[in-house]
Amino acid sequence: MSSIKCECGHLNPEGTDICQNCGRPLSTEEKSKKLADMRYDGAAIRSKTHKRTVVDKIWNFFSSVRVGVGIIIAILVASAIGTILPQVFYIPGGGANEAQTARYYEDNYGIFGQIYNALGLSDLYGSWWFMTLVGMLGISLVVVSLDRGIPLYKSLKNQRIDRHPSFLKRQRLYGEGQVDDPDAVMKKAAEKLKEQRYNIREKNGALLAEKGRWARWGPYVNHLGLIIFLFGVMLRALPGFYVDESMWLREGETLAVKGAPGLYLENKGFTFDVYTQENTDEVFSEAIERVGSVASNYQTDVALYETPEGALPGSTNAELVKEYSIVVNKPLKHEGFHIFQMDFKLDELSAMTFALENKETGESLGEMTVNLANPEKEYDLGNGAKVELLDYYPDFDGFENGEPQTATPIPNNPAFLFKMTTPETPEGETSFVAIRQTLEPLGENTHKLAFQAAETRDVSGLTIRKDKTIPVIVLGGVIFMIGVVQGSYFNHRRFWIRKSENGQILVAGHTSKNWVALQRELDAVTEYAGLPAYTDQRDKEEQSDIPEGDSKS
Amino acid sequence: MNKQQEREQKRKRQQIIRTAILAVLAIAIVYTIVVNVTKDEDIVKVGDTAPDFELVDLEGNTHRLSDYRGEGVFLNFWGTWCGPCKKEMPHMEKYFNEFEDQGVNILAVNISESDLKVQSFANTYGLTFPIVIDKTNSVRDAYNVRPLPTTFLVGPDGKVKKIIETEMSEQEIKTYMESIMPS
Repeated sequence: MSSIKCECGHLNPEGTDICQNCGRPLSTEEKSKKLADMRYDGAAIRSKTHKRTVVDKIWNFFSSVRVGVGIIIAILVASAIGTILPQVFYIPGGGANEAQTARYYEDNYGIFGQIYNALGLSDLYGSWWFMTLVGMLGISLVVVSLDRGIPLYKSLKNQRIDRHPSFLKRQRLYGEGQVDDPDAVMKKAAEKLKEQRYNIREKNGALLAEKGRWARWGPYVNHLGLIIFLFGVMLRALPGFYVDESMWLREGETLAVKGAPGLYLENKGFTFDVYTQENTDEVFSEAIERVGSVASNYQTDVALYETPEGALPGSTNAELVKEYSIVVNKPLKHEGFHIFQMDFKLDELSAMTFALENKETGESLGEMTVNLANPEKEYDLGNGAKVELLDYYPDFDGFENGEPQTATPIPNNPAFLFKMTTPETPEGETSFVAIRQTLEPLGENTHKLAFQAAETRDVSGLTIRKDKTIPVIVLGGVIFMIGVVQGSYFNHRRFWIRKSENGQILVAGHTSKNWVALQRELDAVTEYAGLPAYTDQRDKEEQSDIPEGDSKS
Repeated sequence: MNKQQEREQKRKRQQIIRTAILAVLAIAIVYTIVVNVTKDEDIVKVGDTAPDFELVDLEGNTHRLSDYRGEGVFLNFWGTWCGPCKKEMPHMEKYFNEFEDQGVNILAVNISESDLKVQSFANTYGLTFPIVIDKTNSVRDAYNVRPLPTTFLVGPDGKVKKIIETEMSEQEIKTYMESIMPS
């Protein structure tokens, strides 16, 4: 590795702009400037010091702020495009079936939809290239922070008190002039600066006053927060850290909680309440008038059961953990799982009541109620009359080869094959009963089952969530905000004051931001100690403040 | 000269640190992407030990999967409303009788239907192999069964040999049963 030797004899790594020892300009570019480039305090950023191997090249690629910004823009653009069409989790089927998903996008959005889906834009956060981009951003954050943070830290830690006059001359705030008693002036300046809570160090007739150095770490703290945030998001991919499932639970039903093995949930009743004119005061009356009714409560009363440790799926020895009423925004919480009220379906058929009647006389031989979720085989009506349920079709949708068919196991359109036995007809009569349809497949019957009443039940849509990554993500967010505050609301300010050989006093000042405040402080010191007048050397048309991080590379 | 050597050493050290940092980051990212992209909801994969469970059949007998260790299990998830299930079940019945004595069992898991419905289905098709009902969906969730029928071929060692998510033909059922016969 080549190095640059400064006039003062200090060896600086290649790429150094300002001698790390005395502060003289080193690079030709730096020498040509009127003002010193104080980013990273003139230290060589790591990517500039060696560029030989493949690792160096990769490192240098990611250390470029320009590349980092490019990655951020790419992520932004991809995210924006991802909002044009609905993401897979919003389409019917939720994207569980790839072929079905592809068909959906093709059918609904044509060629554009096809390309959109093929590129993975339909499942943006799940597509490999988007995750690669976010990963590259993570690498960029780590590399940029190390590449710039470490040299800056070293440079500020080892900074020399008696910088060379050429360094002072090239600071934005600079003044020089003859004073009567340089030592007294220096002493008074130190006094005043101390009063302004500067940290004063003196050496060989030179003085360095410094405060708020920690503000310079703001961007790096900020990056650290982002990295922790990304790490938290990454954890979601690991098993056991993140669950997001949903399930339907009918009133009276007990089902395994999806995504939470060993937990079972019983629906003890769903409540859907509305505000009406009668039960509400002024507040909603206008809205109620306009839309008819306003929902006031969605509630599922549940009982949570848990099987003992090591119990097998399907075992029935679950024990009651607790009963709870899940309402919107008040989930049932257990072992890190949160079960939310998300959706509902009202009035699904749950039971049907029939009367066994003599067709001619209309005489009733009794009534029976069929529980549609768990029908019985035989219903004894007394007095020698009974009805057998031969078969049951919860969602009857026609015949196939003379066989009644059911489309789903949900009782949307129940149909029954009954065998009716009465004292009059001891050998039994067969009747096929569906809604608004009765068939007598084995010849004319003397009896019929007349529909009397139906009972319904509601279905609760529940969502099950578990997210162990939240604390990590919150921590990342908090650190990020600390970094923002640190870098934005605090500044690193320094003054250099030294005597020159000819009895003059040189004074220079620098701050990471907020030059007005720095000038105000220097004004006070100048007045108190009688320092030579200073000027703002910045040529306003030429240079503007370039914040740290915007590297040339 | 000494200083030069020192720098050379420092450079080497830095090189190692850089390589290590980049390698750790790259591994973390590649791992995350692979886990996410291959997260095809399949909780149970071919080669895994089939999750144990216990369910009760229509006669009231409890069947525990691990009790069949040493023999093959043709584990079929089905529903009475599912068309393909109706078609393949008679074939399963045929080969159940043929392979029962050769150490291949059929366990048909119905997804939370009523006893009556399952019983009438079994009667209609004359099914004699054990049919258990997963009343709470817990076994379905443990295997994350999506389409019906889904069949898991469980070998004598308790490992999943194959997962079939479509209707099987008569010939296929025979071949599958032979494939899990204890040797």
